[in-house]
Amino acid sequence: MTRNLILGGTLSVLVLLAATASYLWTPFDHTAMNIPAKLQTPNAQHWLGTDHFGRDLMSMIMVGARTSIAVALVAVGIGMGAGVPLGLAAAARKGSWPDEMIMRGNDLIFAFPSLVIAILITAVLGAGAVNAIIAIGIFNIPVFARVTRGAALSLWEREFILAARVAGKGAARISAEHILPNVMNLLIVQGTIQFSLGILAEAGLSYVGLGAQPPTPSWGRMLADAQTMVSFAPHLALVPGMAIILTVLGLNLLGDGLRDHFDPKLRVARA
Amino acid sequence: MVLRSLVLATASAMALMAGGASAKDNVTIGLQLEPPHLDPTSAAAQAIDSVVYSNIFEGLTRFMGDGSVVPGLADSWEISGDGTVYTFKLRKGVTFHDGSAMDAEDVKFSLDRARAEDSTNAQKALFAGITSVEAMDPQTVKITLDGPNGSLLFNLAWGDAVIVAPESIEQIKTNPIGTGAYSFQEWVQGDRITLTRNPDYWGDQPTLASATFKFISDPTAAFAAMMAEDIDAFDNFPAPENLPQFDADPRFQVLVGSTEGETILSTNNKQAPFDDVRVREAVAHAIDRQAIIDGAMFGYGTPIGTHFAPHSPAYKDLTGGSAYDPEKAKALLAEAGLADGFETTLHLPPPSYARRGGEIIAAQLAEVGIKAEIINVEWAQWLESVFRGKSFGLTIVSHTEPMDIGIYARPDYYFQYDSKAFQDLMAKLNTTTDPDGRTAILQDAQEMIAADYVNGYLFQLAKLGVAKAGLQGLWENAPTAAIDLSALSWAE
Repeated sequence: MTRNLILGGTLSVLVLLAATASYLWTPFDHTAMNIPAKLQTPNAQHWLGTDHFGRDLMSMIMVGARTSIAVALVAVGIGMGAGVPLGLAAAARKGSWPDEMIMRGNDLIFAFPSLVIAILITAVLGAGAVNAIIAIGIFNIPVFARVTRGAALSLWEREFILAARVAGKGAARISAEHILPNVMNLLIVQGTIQFSLGILAEAGLSYVGLGAQPPTPSWGRMLADAQTMVSFAPHLALVPGMAIILTVLGLNLLGDGLRDHFDPKLRVARA
Repeated sequence: MVLRSLVLATASAMALMAGGASAKDNVTIGLQLEPPHLDPTSAAAQAIDSVVYSNIFEGLTRFMGDGSVVPGLADSWEISGDGTVYTFKLRKGVTFHDGSAMDAEDVKFSLDRARAEDSTNAQKALFAGITSVEAMDPQTVKITLDGPNGSLLFNLAWGDAVIVAPESIEQIKTNPIGTGAYSFQEWVQGDRITLTRNPDYWGDQPTLASATFKFISDPTAAFAAMMAEDIDAFDNFPAPENLPQFDADPRFQVLVGSTEGETILSTNNKQAPFDDVRVREAVAHAIDRQAIIDGAMFGYGTPIGTHFAPHSPAYKDLTGGSAYDPEKAKALLAEAGLADGFETTLHLPPPSYARRGGEIIAAQLAEVGIKAEIINVEWAQWLESVFRGKSFGLTIVSHTEPMDIGIYARPDYYFQYDSKAFQDLMAKLNTTTDPDGRTAILQDAQEMIAADYVNGYLFQLAKLGVAKAGLQGLWENAPTAAIDLSALSWAE
């Protein structure tokens, strides 16, 4: 266990806990407005203070974590769900026209600046969490397809795969039974990184008003709302800003830690 | 605190440096919205009037800062005994910026153009009663009406009724040529419009030689530009939460006045369930106006109970009829067969009164069981789908035209209030010229729309002006969208 893994893991688990806990309990109702109690700095009653409508920031951050995680998780799920099979198929038929089609299709998506296209997609389909998921998810597909294909290609040259072929297994079965388990480590590491990028993308889309719509709290929109009030109520921006930073930092550290953990060479060196 | 004293120190150092320079003879004014073009007679956009009204274009009469109507290009007028013929005497020696003389033919051209069948004037109703405009001689215009119209002089003061020249009408949208104290110089799209003093102006020469309107749509950027003193004044500052900071800063003055903007929760009267007056009444009782004013506008704004400006002498306070009472709202919904509430949409244009107010209203409506889905839209989208397309349930918008209660007599207007009784009342208003009679009718009209709960009446939009301390002559109130440059000057 490296320090990265521990620190990253702790931060990620904390965020996950906050999000899960919000289903059962938040200090206050996150939508309840109390205008006379607006713009309070952190105090005993409101641990992180209140926003410009007197809503409890702690509760909003907890529910906002839910929004962020849900969007990023489903987006990574879309990326993995579509990208991994595509990558496996491409590697299994290396050099064939399906391989070419899949990889050139990936190049095509890669060629677009992802956030700009995400803005385009949400602008056309309408703003909202579901469309944000679709927009972010689409850009995860080529990432996973490439990682999978690259790792799978070298596996296809190995003796145990040859043995499986000699035993009469088809390409699809080999991919599922032998290739996939062996690329899983890489996918988990890549998944963590894409997850943190997904959180950032969701915050970015919400910041420009294209993510989850009010009253659903979202860290990005909380930042945008706080913008004109930074000069006299800095905690309004600091709280969601820190939430985003710590979550992304935690996930990146976790990804780094997992990579080190899974890397056989490093494992030998440590031992 | 350290930062604050640093800012103050820098500011005073800069003030010392600037002390030796000669007096400023220009002004830079911040506007949130850029006008789509510069023809006030063919679009409703307020931003056009902010730039051109009384600066570039003038009408026969004009508004002053206190809302009174005074002679403009018309020197004087006579009204026939039956109130149907107005004879205007035009000022002598008035020329357009291109040097051509302004005469009765230009007035006839402008008014005929505005009231023509194919006119694109946004306020055609202003000219509805006019049957003919005749140029008697170069200085005399006779306007004949189909009946007495007590508000004609008021109507002619609107930015939509300014006098334009037939020679320059083709280019009016990009190169406006009027008779005002300032002439158009340059428009850098997306950034600024510059006007320069008209040396041949018929009236007193204005103090400032030039003026720049700078377009800053983002409230944060507006705050930064104001704090950095890049602009001298912001006509209507978009972020009310920042005003206390300007107020506490000796470099700035804050001018809080009122506008003609009745901010309302517009309701689609033709869409179920809002076609039921009980549902509209329930919405009205579900709304806590003070919470909206405090939450969305940081306390700036006056609660209204009808579509009328509180500073008007004919205003009637009807807020009591739609007081905050969620229990009553629930009872009314149950009575209308909607005890479990219903779902609707709430379209919100960009200004903070709408976006923030909308969040508060959605929360208040949720309390009584009405689930309003918030849909944030840009202005173009709002005009397209809400104003023209009429596909909305609820929306929040500020109606900034002065004395615009007449819109309720137009059944095809976007909120689609169709009441014969109200239309008759407006017809009666148009034929009444004595002030007491008009006040009585206007008050009846206010009561009628309040009793029908046509829309949710929220508050009168405040005008939140911010300017450098030395700038004098700014309008505190906004009887119409206008920035009267000729009244501005810098204190010594």
